[in-house]
Amino acid sequence: MSTVITRVRSNPKFAELVAKRNSLALSLTIAMLVIYFGFILLVAFAKGFLATPIGAGLMTWGVPIGLGTIVAAFVLTGYYVSRANAEFDTLTQEIVEETNR
Amino acid sequence: MNRLLALLGTSAALALPSLAFAAGVDSAGATKQATNLPAIIMFVVFVGITLGITWWAARRTKSAAAFYTAGGGITAGQNGLAIAGDYMSAASFLGITGLVYGSGYDGLIYSVGWLVGWPIVTFLVAEQLRNLGKFTFADVASFRLAQTPIRTLAACGSLVTVAFYLIAQMVGAGTLIQILFGLDYMYAVIIVGVLMIVYVTFGGMTATTWVQIIKACLLLGGATFMALMVLIKFGFSPEAMFRTAVDVHPKKLAIMGPGSLVSNPLDTISLGLALMFGTAGLPHILMRFFTVKDAKAARKSVFYATGFIGYFYILTFILGFGAITLVATNPEFVADLKNPIASIKGGSNMAVMHLSNAVGGEYFFGFIAAVAFATILAVVSGLALAGASAISHDLYASVFKAGKANEADEMRVSKMASVALGVLAVVLGIVFQKQNVAYMVGLAFAIAASCNFPVLLMSIFWKGMTTRGAVIGGFLGLISAVVMVILAPTVSCNVIAGLTGDALAACRKSTIMPFDNVAIFSMPIAFIGIWIFSLLDTSKRAQEDKDGFEAQYIRCQTGIGAAGASSH
Repeated sequence: MSTVITRVRSNPKFAELVAKRNSLALSLTIAMLVIYFGFILLVAFAKGFLATPIGAGLMTWGVPIGLGTIVAAFVLTGYYVSRANAEFDTLTQEIVEETNR
Repeated sequence: MNRLLALLGTSAALALPSLAFAAGVDSAGATKQATNLPAIIMFVVFVGITLGITWWAARRTKSAAAFYTAGGGITAGQNGLAIAGDYMSAASFLGITGLVYGSGYDGLIYSVGWLVGWPIVTFLVAEQLRNLGKFTFADVASFRLAQTPIRTLAACGSLVTVAFYLIAQMVGAGTLIQILFGLDYMYAVIIVGVLMIVYVTFGGMTATTWVQIIKACLLLGGATFMALMVLIKFGFSPEAMFRTAVDVHPKKLAIMGPGSLVSNPLDTISLGLALMFGTAGLPHILMRFFTVKDAKAARKSVFYATGFIGYFYILTFILGFGAITLVATNPEFVADLKNPIASIKGGSNMAVMHLSNAVGGEYFFGFIAAVAFATILAVVSGLALAGASAISHDLYASVFKAGKANEADEMRVSKMASVALGVLAVVLGIVFQKQNVAYMVGLAFAIAASCNFPVLLMSIFWKGMTTRGAVIGGFLGLISAVVMVILAPTVSCNVIAGLTGDALAACRKSTIMPFDNVAIFSMPIAFIGIWIFSLLDTSKRAQEDKDGFEAQYIRCQTGIGAAGASSH
């Protein structure tokens, strides 16, 4: 195991994988926090804006913003998963192969 | 109806009324209905099918891996549905639609909060859990730390979370079934307890997973059908639906914007923190990531789950508005057409049930009632399995037997624990029947966010965390969350003192702990506790803890050495 650790550690691709994954995970977490708490702050301090109709009809700004928050959660998750499936898994695969060689 | 009035009347706090929806149904407002035959027939069919699956699963559940994780052979798609089935409760289905029915837009604000924890789970813990753990999240937290103290802490965090969640579900279940099926509260609670024990004890994770998958399909299918029927009535024009709803609803245009739900922003943010980070600390949810074959399947399964759950919450918004237009205008469902929202028969939780009757007739109503029952069973089974695993895998095998228990003994303990938890759930369900248990789901999330999540996250990402730091910080988070909830307005004034009227309002203003949602305080307490006590820790063990990080980190990031799927 200890040789495995040294080999993985010394592989520059490991540093690349960790840096990329951690920075993506951190930025997306912050994005989700900003979106959700932004929504809550709108609800708390801009009730009037959320209750304003978008056009001539009854649909208010609050409806697409609220539904959009739900959709944003899904889209951010999807973005992370697609990056991880393609990029991170390829890197991981290469690291594993190079370690076992 | 009590809760809706509470919602409108209580300006002091968000949490009391809103969390009531999370926890289920206020038993005080429930009246027993006439026995509902179509519902009972459909429920019996559901139980028959799930018992068949349990029998099939039992024959495959011979090893500990099969019991705890279904042998790791669940696919990402199946697990996504099962996670959704584990998470979408009957209380959300009935409660959020009821909230939309009563207040319109406020229901949407509330449902958003229940989804935003899922991205956090994906980004920070799902893959890491799968790479590092085997059966429980304590496997991950104790990977490089001392087994006995960390597993004790994790088991305490898990069991307390499960207990509060379970009590809320059982009380909600008993009341709901009483309304929907016309069964006595006591019988309803016992039926839920017995079925839960049978699924978990005989079928382990395999049976629990399939109960959750079937329930998720039934719930999503039934809700989709109702939403379509509503939209068809309005020619798929949301504008037409809103127009009718605004005409019908006594609050008129106010239902199109935020109402009284968020009256205290800090309290709401505190609730948001608990929901966001608590989801990543719920033991029954975390356990689901060990049922798939690798990290990739784990992350895909949360993505699917996020999609299903988000879709479900969007549907609840449509169903709530649909109920305003179709239920509030029908004398069959409301006692007084001049005041239809307040006079809905059976209380606001019944809004979506009446809607099912309005769009699909009596048999469809029976189907949706059976789905609501199935929903409860799926959630409590997941909870019982997580609780039993904490007892058998963490406390018995790792703490009492110091990792030397044999597999047969461990499985026997887990089955005994499932039975004991089932019995306990029934007893607590009966004891708490008349109590206000609304705060308990919020408390479960707050504890998960203040004990389980900080310990898990720091163990994965922070090399400097030591055993002592984790134990002190984790217990500080756990204890502070519980103590602060007891001091908070809802528990100290409404539940313990049992005050009403002016005395209640005065009491709520004068509590030491101003908010009902405590995560905004208890989460930092846990994180700072972990940080400070790890830094101060200069013991020999602390050095071992830090030395172990390198190997853990490599396995966490690459999956090298991760427990594989032990398919049959």
